[in-house]
Amino acid sequence: MAEVKLFGAWGSPFSRRIEVALKLKGVEYEFIDEDLFNKKSPLLLKYNPVHKKVPVLVHNGKPICESLVILEYIDETWEEGPSLLPKDPYERGMVRFWSKFLDEKCMPAMRRALLSRGEELEKATEESTELLKFLEGTLSGKKFFGGDNIGMVDIVANFISYWFIIGQELAGLQVLTKEKFPKLGEWMDEYLNSNIIKENLPQKDKLTAMFQARIEAAAAGGGGPGGGGGGGGGEGGGGGVAPK
Amino acid sequence: MAEVKLFGNWGSPFSRRVEVALKLKGVEYEFIDEDVYNYKSPLLLKYNPVHKKVPVLVHNGKPICESLVILEYVDETWEKGPSLLPKDPYERALVRFWTKFLDEKCVPTLWKTCWSIGEEQEKAKEESTELLNILEGTLSDKKFFGGDSIGMVDIVANFISYWFIILQELAGLQVLTKEKFPKLGAWIDDYLNCNIIKENLPPKDKLTAYFRARFEAAAAATAK
Repeated sequence: MAEVKLFGAWGSPFSRRIEVALKLKGVEYEFIDEDLFNKKSPLLLKYNPVHKKVPVLVHNGKPICESLVILEYIDETWEEGPSLLPKDPYERGMVRFWSKFLDEKCMPAMRRALLSRGEELEKATEESTELLKFLEGTLSGKKFFGGDNIGMVDIVANFISYWFIIGQELAGLQVLTKEKFPKLGEWMDEYLNSNIIKENLPQKDKLTAMFQARIEAAAAGGGGPGGGGGGGGGEGGGGGVAPK
Repeated sequence: MAEVKLFGNWGSPFSRRVEVALKLKGVEYEFIDEDVYNYKSPLLLKYNPVHKKVPVLVHNGKPICESLVILEYVDETWEKGPSLLPKDPYERALVRFWTKFLDEKCVPTLWKTCWSIGEEQEKAKEESTELLNILEGTLSDKKFFGGDSIGMVDIVANFISYWFIILQELAGLQVLTKEKFPKLGAWIDDYLNCNIIKENLPPKDKLTAYFRARFEAAAAATAK
């Protein structure tokens, strides 16, 4: 019988991506909440010796690491249920391009914006704005990045819609607003209104409290564990592990 | 009629990956050599406005950017010919994991090792050694990362087998040696011995001269 375990963290956007994907596909799984800042479990270290991070999906005893890799694995393994990626090779190329763009460019820049001050903040804000413009453009006339329904790019963009919005409010920033980015603004409303998304977000007050602690630590110069901070951190965890 | 153009650069390992993949699949293409360090053509900027980099594959007028994305596109579009990725979803996930690891961790760290100095270089050397140890372990007793024949991970690991070897020699380093990494050493030999690979590498003297010039420029800039 298929056995699916997910090593994740309640506050991590990377971990939440996988939960959304598994639920979209109707896959039952056991969730193991890793306390990343205090102690990583021996099992996690066994299953992800290279990166030592969450999420890790373990299917029939075999581990898969890195959320983008896991999402494609889920789509290819559980073919019934909604597709996370389109069928056409060019469209799949676009999904992979934008997913990569979100994780390799947007996430780090937006995280820096939440944690920096002065000149560094200005630079990070400029960079984030440029990157968000690309996203705004690629939404064009669509409801979701995936078209009429949520797809892999929407799932990967989760941190923008929720983690970053909470973080920027705490940091007193207005990098991403509906006025500056009307299409992204609409997308966020539709996205957070989808049952599959809203039912699988970390609680706002709990996440806010965690971010508050991170931002204060960063301001004090400590940077918090790993210094990952408000943007949701690297693959590691809910708002604090070092960039991946 | 299918029309395939590749915007690349003679010296770029990322560009060469795509050429190897297209040739493995027997796909005819037009190569446009972009002089990326001095001038990016208007066409390149039009086709890759986000990153402004090579390689960019343009198939029937539609651009695909980022070499890992292009490699999967090539595999899915031209299904005849050798597969770049395996069929099994778990094996595919492992290929994606390792190619990500190579590009996000190995390439930047190995590159940094050659171009940094002092304490920064010592740190980078240590990190490179750890990363190479991981790769050595994952080769285990296979001829190639892809098994008996070259697969996507081998194609993506091209930088290690050739570009890095040339760079580390110029930098006077011995980070990757056959003594320290016997499996990687054997892999490099088998890899560079494959026709599809050796016939699609930039000429050694041209690449060496190019890197040497950059080393000298970097040294001069530091000296100022």
